[in-house]
Amino acid sequence: MAKVIIDGIEVEVEDGTTILQAARSIGGEVTPPAMCYYTKLEGSGGYCRTCLVEVSKGSEKDPRPMPKLVPSCRTMVQDGMEVKNTTSERALEARKGVVEMLLVNHPLDCPVCDQAGECDLQDLSYDHGGYNTRSEFERRTFEKQDIGDKIQLHMTRCILCYRCVKVADQITDGRVHGVINRGDAAEISTYIKNAVDNDFSGNMIDVCPVGALTDKTFRFKSRVWFTKPMLAHRDCDKCSGKTTIWFKGDDVLRVTGRKDEWNEVEEFICNTCRFDKKKVSDWTIEGPKEVSRSSVISANKYKNLEKPKEFKLNDIKRLDS
Amino acid sequence: MGKKILLEHAEVPGIQGYEVYREKGGYRSVEKALKTMSAEQVVEEVKTSGVRGRGGAGFPAGMKWSFLAKPEGVPRYLVCNADESEPGTFKDRYLMSKIPHLLIEGMITASYALGANTSYIYIRGEYYYLIGILEKAIEEAYANGWLGKNILGTDFSHDLYVHPGAGAYICGEETALLESLEGKRGNPRMKPPFPAVKGLYDCPTVVNNVETIAAVVPIINDGGEAYANIGIGRSTGTKLISASGHIKKPGVYEVEMGLPVEEFIYSDEYCGGILNDKKLKAVVAGGSSVPILPADLILTTANGEPRLMSYESLSDGGFQTGTMLGSGGFIVMDETTNIAKNLYNFTRFYHHESCGQCSPCREGTAWMEKILHKVLAGKGSMEDIDLLWDIQTKIDGNTICPLGEAASWPVASAIRHFRQDFEELVKNPAGLDETRYYYHCNNINPEVA
Amino acid sequence: MSTEEIKFSEESLALVKKTIAKYPEGRQKSALLPILHLAQAEFDGWLSVPVMDYVASLLDIQPIEVYEVASFYSMFNLKPVGKCILEVCHTSSCWLRGADDIVDHISNKLNIKVGETTADGMFTLKTVECLGSCGSAPMLMCGSQYHEHLTFEKVDGLIDNLRNENKRTTYLDEVKVENY
Repeated sequence: MAKVIIDGIEVEVEDGTTILQAARSIGGEVTPPAMCYYTKLEGSGGYCRTCLVEVSKGSEKDPRPMPKLVPSCRTMVQDGMEVKNTTSERALEARKGVVEMLLVNHPLDCPVCDQAGECDLQDLSYDHGGYNTRSEFERRTFEKQDIGDKIQLHMTRCILCYRCVKVADQITDGRVHGVINRGDAAEISTYIKNAVDNDFSGNMIDVCPVGALTDKTFRFKSRVWFTKPMLAHRDCDKCSGKTTIWFKGDDVLRVTGRKDEWNEVEEFICNTCRFDKKKVSDWTIEGPKEVSRSSVISANKYKNLEKPKEFKLNDIKRLDS
Repeated sequence: MGKKILLEHAEVPGIQGYEVYREKGGYRSVEKALKTMSAEQVVEEVKTSGVRGRGGAGFPAGMKWSFLAKPEGVPRYLVCNADESEPGTFKDRYLMSKIPHLLIEGMITASYALGANTSYIYIRGEYYYLIGILEKAIEEAYANGWLGKNILGTDFSHDLYVHPGAGAYICGEETALLESLEGKRGNPRMKPPFPAVKGLYDCPTVVNNVETIAAVVPIINDGGEAYANIGIGRSTGTKLISASGHIKKPGVYEVEMGLPVEEFIYSDEYCGGILNDKKLKAVVAGGSSVPILPADLILTTANGEPRLMSYESLSDGGFQTGTMLGSGGFIVMDETTNIAKNLYNFTRFYHHESCGQCSPCREGTAWMEKILHKVLAGKGSMEDIDLLWDIQTKIDGNTICPLGEAASWPVASAIRHFRQDFEELVKNPAGLDETRYYYHCNNINPEVA
Repeated sequence: MSTEEIKFSEESLALVKKTIAKYPEGRQKSALLPILHLAQAEFDGWLSVPVMDYVASLLDIQPIEVYEVASFYSMFNLKPVGKCILEVCHTSSCWLRGADDIVDHISNKLNIKVGETTADGMFTLKTVECLGSCGSAPMLMCGSQYHEHLTFEKVDGLIDNLRNENKRTTYLDEVKVENY
């Protein structure tokens, strides 16, 4: 076991735990945001750099601080380690920089994006981003691609988290999509026109932190905050059958995996459950899903409602200037 | 005349071939190591020599070797980094084309020390013609019993192969190099684990630069002590310097560490002074990644001491007034050079070479190039210079691999020391012509079928 | 060409086998870069999808693994190119010694822009980043041959020679090493 102090809060965790997981076990503000790390995907994390934290004390044995900020998702805790997340100016400044980088080429098309309301990048920008954009250059764009009849890839919105590639590698056989080209020309693609066609491909949609991979059976049907998530299950011979089904009125508009408070699915589900079971009679409904993180969905529906921060007058001035 | 221990015989006719190389004392280090020394003794000798990684990082090679994990029943690898791509650096190419057996000999001796039975030379694809030269040398080494099974009748067997890259600066980063050697994209790995524990094919691996491995030969022949006596302080031995730019005699020079920079630039033995006898304006002393310094600071430190060719002296003053020895890529610029224009050139390079894995580097390098392109097109503003400064601070230290720093430091140093060059372009946009600058996002443009 | 029609020569297939043998068993993917070089040299100087699929089948890997790699490295052409690619280095040391003028000269002479191919399919003009020939700047690479200390006259002579020879140059060509 290792004792770690994160932003002044002590927690004891198993050896081999990452700083991010240790912080999640505390929860709340001290948890760094993570856009590419995904607990259930081996080797994920380290790419987006949003979870950078300052290690002000390496360990009890070697108390020297780490010279650079470290990605908390890929750095193991040591006994006696002291980590600064929200209490580190350096980490917050770096994070602001990372958010800016992630948005330099992002289309900011939230008004027409299906992910709006449950988008990690939206939350991240709201919590850690700046007020205005300093880049005046044309944004990078790509053509939309259908990768199969159920999934659409809109690369323009992608932040290259590699999660969908890892899903294809780890829970399906025969990956047909990947990252092609390099640098800022890198893109998720099948390269040739090709369908990602296997029983678990739909999980790419669930792991995508932005609106780059969307469910074609749900596209443009409704804004997510007009739908009500309910926990449901069915007998399925391919997966656990445990899902969240999203209602609008009495209609099931979409089916997703069950996500925890970090927006990660508890279990991957199969495409039959996701795409083909859209009747209420397909499901045994367990009850409403508690929505705590993406507050816009829970607005006016569930508990834990938090009033969004309001702009103060001087902030508005800054926007104008 | 400085002491030459790597290139001593480089100009001897026929030294490319085995016979002449052997006549000049070639392969003695293998004989000495295999017949009279234990592997540990070879490692100790390299530690004693104090030789530091010649690829740019300057990490003590003997120390790196001693970190190599040695679990039972798991193969260990030595990989030579011949992916020389740092702008301004061409010493490894020179060494490999002139005296290829020196590298082969170093690889065998080093592999013996590390207990590696297979080693690879990863060479950049653009040096394809050198592969023929190296493979011929390897063939000769096999034919004469220096490679293969039970070398010199000992238990030590060794196979050596050459592996080509295909055009990617990032593969000079050791973990990207290993990915590339495994047939993947050259994406640097997250560290830890370091290659010494989990490297090529997840096995313990040492990656060393060509020049570092070549230096093993004189270190074993003459002893680590003798090597350590060359040079100055913790900068032991000699260094191959690739000199280019506005000088009379560009080329590769082997210098003893501690040579004054002024002598290196102006002496006829080395660069021979500035081309057309113009005035010196700036020097990039260790390849494009290291901070650029103005003439006064490259010739003398901020304390007024003569600047020397050594790790310590070049970095004296930190990034405020110093730079780094880096890979020894020494680019000289005369008084006519606009440093902002040169910086555009560097930022374009880093943008082109970013692997695209992590966001600060992927987006930041592109952004910096775009801003400088705009300034060079005569459309820049003073705010652009400050923005450029701010962007580099957001990349520096926040990326997976050192390419982020390599892209940031030139920007920081150019603005720090040559802000007036940027302002001049902003204030006098007349005559700037953007068509001169071949802006391209990436020359990789796939056809989607 | 479909994948069925693509096949290496016997000589190349032997080389493929030899290359794969350099790497431990089960690590045949390591041979991907050298085999893509070989394929590019043998199949008209560029890597078409059927060629890449063929390479994938030789190494027993997924085609996407080949696309990912081929599109990462700048030496692989994913579009048809001219018989001779003039790759002019334009990074700092070469730029300081007039690389831009060399590029302009070639561009005017051949009447193509950077990245374009002449109508007769003979030349493609490319600018590339540092080729490690900074001490002999300006320089260009054509096939595996470095042409250094360039002047307009040298470039003109080179273009005439290449046109007369009318041969495809590849990275695998054997070259005579120039003296520094």
